[in-house]
Amino acid sequence: SALAMSSAATTPPSVDKVDGFSRKSVRKAKQKRSQSSSQFRSQGKPIELTPLPLLKDVSAQEQPELFLKKLQQCCAVFDFMDTLSDLKMKEYKRSTLNELVDYVTVSRGYLTEQAYPEVVKMVSYNIFRTLPPSESNEFDPEEDEPTLEASWPHLQLVYEFFIRFLESQEFQPSIAKKYIDQKFVLQLLELFDSEDPRERDYLKTVLHRIYGKFLGLRAFIRKQINNIFLRFVYETEHFNGVAELLEILGSIINGFALPLKAEHKQFLVKVLIPLHTVRSLSLFHAQLAYCIVQFLEKDPALTEPVIRGLLKFWPKTCSQKEVMFLGELEEILDVIEPTQFVKIQEPLFKQISRCVSSPHFQVAERALYYWNNEYIMSLIEENSNVILPIMFTSLYRISKEHWNPAIVALVYNVLKAFMEMNSTLFDELTSTYKSDRQREKKKEKEREELWKRLEDLELKRSLQSDGIIPT
Amino acid sequence: ATSKMAGADSDDSLYPIAVLIDELRNEDVQLRLNSIKKLSTIALALGVERTRTELLPFLTDTIYDEDEVLLALAEQLGNFTMLVGGPEYVHCLLPPLESLATVEETVVRDKAVESLRKISHEHSPVDLEVHFEPLVKRLASGDWFTSRTSACGLFSVCYPRVSSTVKAEIRQHFRTLCSDDTPMVRRAAASKLGEFAKVLELEYVKSDIISLFTALASDEQDSVRLLAVEAGVSIATLLPQEDLETLVMPTLRQAAEDKSWRVRYMVADKFSDLQKAVGPEITKNDLVPAFQNLLKDCEAEVRAAAANKVKEFCENLPEDSRETIIMTHILPCVKELVSDTNQHVKSALASVIMGLSTILGKDNTVEHLLPLFLAQLKDECPEVRLNIISNLDCVNEVIGIRQLSQSLLPAIVELAEDAKWRVRLAIIEYMPLLAGQLGVEFFDEKLNSLCMAWLVDHVYAIREAATCNLMKLVEKFGAEWAQNTIVPKVLGMANDPNYLHRMTTLFCINALSEVCGQEITTKHMLPVVFKMSNDQVANVRFNVAKSLQKIGPVLDSNCLQTEVKPVLEKLASDQDMDVKYFAQEAISVLSLA
Repeated sequence: SALAMSSAATTPPSVDKVDGFSRKSVRKAKQKRSQSSSQFRSQGKPIELTPLPLLKDVSAQEQPELFLKKLQQCCAVFDFMDTLSDLKMKEYKRSTLNELVDYVTVSRGYLTEQAYPEVVKMVSYNIFRTLPPSESNEFDPEEDEPTLEASWPHLQLVYEFFIRFLESQEFQPSIAKKYIDQKFVLQLLELFDSEDPRERDYLKTVLHRIYGKFLGLRAFIRKQINNIFLRFVYETEHFNGVAELLEILGSIINGFALPLKAEHKQFLVKVLIPLHTVRSLSLFHAQLAYCIVQFLEKDPALTEPVIRGLLKFWPKTCSQKEVMFLGELEEILDVIEPTQFVKIQEPLFKQISRCVSSPHFQVAERALYYWNNEYIMSLIEENSNVILPIMFTSLYRISKEHWNPAIVALVYNVLKAFMEMNSTLFDELTSTYKSDRQREKKKEKEREELWKRLEDLELKRSLQSDGIIPT
Repeated sequence: ATSKMAGADSDDSLYPIAVLIDELRNEDVQLRLNSIKKLSTIALALGVERTRTELLPFLTDTIYDEDEVLLALAEQLGNFTMLVGGPEYVHCLLPPLESLATVEETVVRDKAVESLRKISHEHSPVDLEVHFEPLVKRLASGDWFTSRTSACGLFSVCYPRVSSTVKAEIRQHFRTLCSDDTPMVRRAAASKLGEFAKVLELEYVKSDIISLFTALASDEQDSVRLLAVEAGVSIATLLPQEDLETLVMPTLRQAAEDKSWRVRYMVADKFSDLQKAVGPEITKNDLVPAFQNLLKDCEAEVRAAAANKVKEFCENLPEDSRETIIMTHILPCVKELVSDTNQHVKSALASVIMGLSTILGKDNTVEHLLPLFLAQLKDECPEVRLNIISNLDCVNEVIGIRQLSQSLLPAIVELAEDAKWRVRLAIIEYMPLLAGQLGVEFFDEKLNSLCMAWLVDHVYAIREAATCNLMKLVEKFGAEWAQNTIVPKVLGMANDPNYLHRMTTLFCINALSEVCGQEITTKHMLPVVFKMSNDQVANVRFNVAKSLQKIGPVLDSNCLQTEVKPVLEKLASDQDMDVKYFAQEAISVLSLA
């Protein structure tokens, strides 16, 4: 598929690709930080811009006109992959952009109605582009250096200018909304896939400002972020700006009015929860957990579906992710209401019991740390008659069997805590431990026998009906 | 559903469903998964009627589980027709599959759609209209995008077998989904557009499909536009030639110049199919310049995809103008690509460029292509050189390989000594082919020593490949050649101080005995093997046992009894248990006990 192609325009010819054995990080260490840029729009002849006087050198009346001219000049886009071309003109555009940044920051009365379309046009010409192919086949943001945007010397100033424009006191959303429309926002959102973290950082601010100032675009922005996430989760697993978008969402959720709309709840359950399944979770987990907790603080009744969702997607093979899940769960438990806790405690502690018995000591350790959390301890204590029987078997077994002495020590503390909490139940469980194990084994055996009989039955029936059922 | 079925423990014939319910509720996902995978066992045990009335409703009601369990269920149900009583009752399977077709997880949904497509063929035309088509409509108008996405894959299977009113409805639903508000659904619709077009009547292809195609091909999202490219190719195959120019070409031309490289990549990737679909005239007028542009594209991804198609494109050009087009339009671009800045582009080109020689014939090859081959043989990237060498056979047929041999040799030698063992491995694999083309004389003079050097490579995979290579060379050049050139060298290694090299002698004997025949094996190889049975390294000794087992069938029975048997017996009483083991195995396989 087109989305999973190797290499890019700027890979230095290298023989390393042939041998699959050298570690990626070793290989990459030799390379310089690479740069890339969309080249489709910058083909062709040299660009000539006629130098204009500085804004401060003309009269106040002439400034708006000159401002427009400068905006038009800055629509010219240069090829930064070719480091030798148009050097003079690149420098001229850079200084012009700098001048424009200063101008929108300090000037008053510059923002005529005619300026709006020109500003949006200049910004669009510069920032909207098809992002270049990713350098590595499977860009691993944890190990690979990001490819930086080659045209950053200009692009940064354009973003800077745009943000100052949006933040300017004279800025009027009612005029700007004719130009900053759904199509504009859609293109802006696509740019969040940029590999360059500097660009994503600017985009975050831009989108934040737009969301804040254009009420009419809010629902649309949320919906498009929805679509980006769904594609990320269910189609490509590739999108560089997930953390940034989640960060913006965190503050959006914070501002949601109560009671929450169905749309928002659906977003939580059908988009945010499935985001936990993505392989690269570690890159945006902090922001994601923040969003989840924001939701729960708004509406505690969502606790049950959220925790059930996390349990459904609990990592099966990735211990690091399991540790992240446990961390998030603790954040949720920190704000959980006791009435919600009761609803979810059984499936929750069945999972925690499995984590505690994980042979991976970091998983076991992370789960056992819950017992250091005073609030969680108080919840456990209130419900020890339910939780203790669920946890007891694992704890008892680990105290005898776990390979890691630190885990065994932690488990002893937990057992001790339980004993102090509810000594009657504890003694009862200790005395029935053996017989319970035997009962379980017996049940297991019965299951096996049932299946055996079932298979015999199948064999018999299929023989009987051999003549009837065609194959 | 549960209460109906529980409490029947006493009745032996009733317990299977109770087992299933218990198993489906088991806390252990693996156990749940196991029981779903044995669903057919349970259904068979229940019989068709109870499967329909008890099992399926239960499954439909309880669909909320881990995706892995759901995936297994979706797959099982696609093969359930006989278990519910045959085609007459196949519609009973629709409710659970409908639910599965709406879940979030793509693999589950896709599997449910696959199963639905499968069982759609088992519906009678009446059942299709009464049961299946309403399901498709429900999915197509579902609230959440998942059900609408699934619907896209079901239109084409029911369309051909329903009445014309229902057909009109289906077309309407498909139209709606093509302009759905979520890009996920538009992508699903775009990816099924070609398939749907194929089952439509030509008039509707022209009226409906073309406008949908045009709209999807200019979607605001490039992920939708690129899927429309493939649909465009399918649609082009359905239309009469005179309609192509007006109905399809404007859109395809636009796709070839799309501002997103992903779309242009897709055009390049599908170029051969496109060429076949539009025929010679449009190819000459439109596709040739489009192809030139793709070969000169600013993104390496696109150039590499186009470079991959060079040979196929040229091959399929109309015969009357093929040579002219290649020489004046394609070759200049190809020349540029030989010195492209991107190694993937060069290597893609190198994998097909040799194929041009058969198309252009001897003179053009010598004059125009040969310089390019030679340049690529000297490329700094080993993949490029390898790709050229691995396709030498095409050139050999046209101009003979001699023209190249002067440049070939340094290239081969360099690859043979490359620091990367995978490169060395790759070149070894082409040795038999090269030997065949270059002839025995050239080989003995220039390449033989390389082949022998690989036998003592420090990487086992190379030594192993080198051994296998020798066998293939003997197949080409014959036993006599073997006896004169390689056997002495191989046997000489039996005295090497390095036990790994001594073992290589044994591995070579294993590989060569059969192709060299009984005489050489008995006379020259066997004595060396016997001698090695006294080696001080146990690994060598047990490999002697293995070798004897291997070459035994080549030897005559007298030799086996009088010479091989005593040696194996001696090894069978070795101190080392592995040596004993393999000696005993050889004795029993060769029936010498």
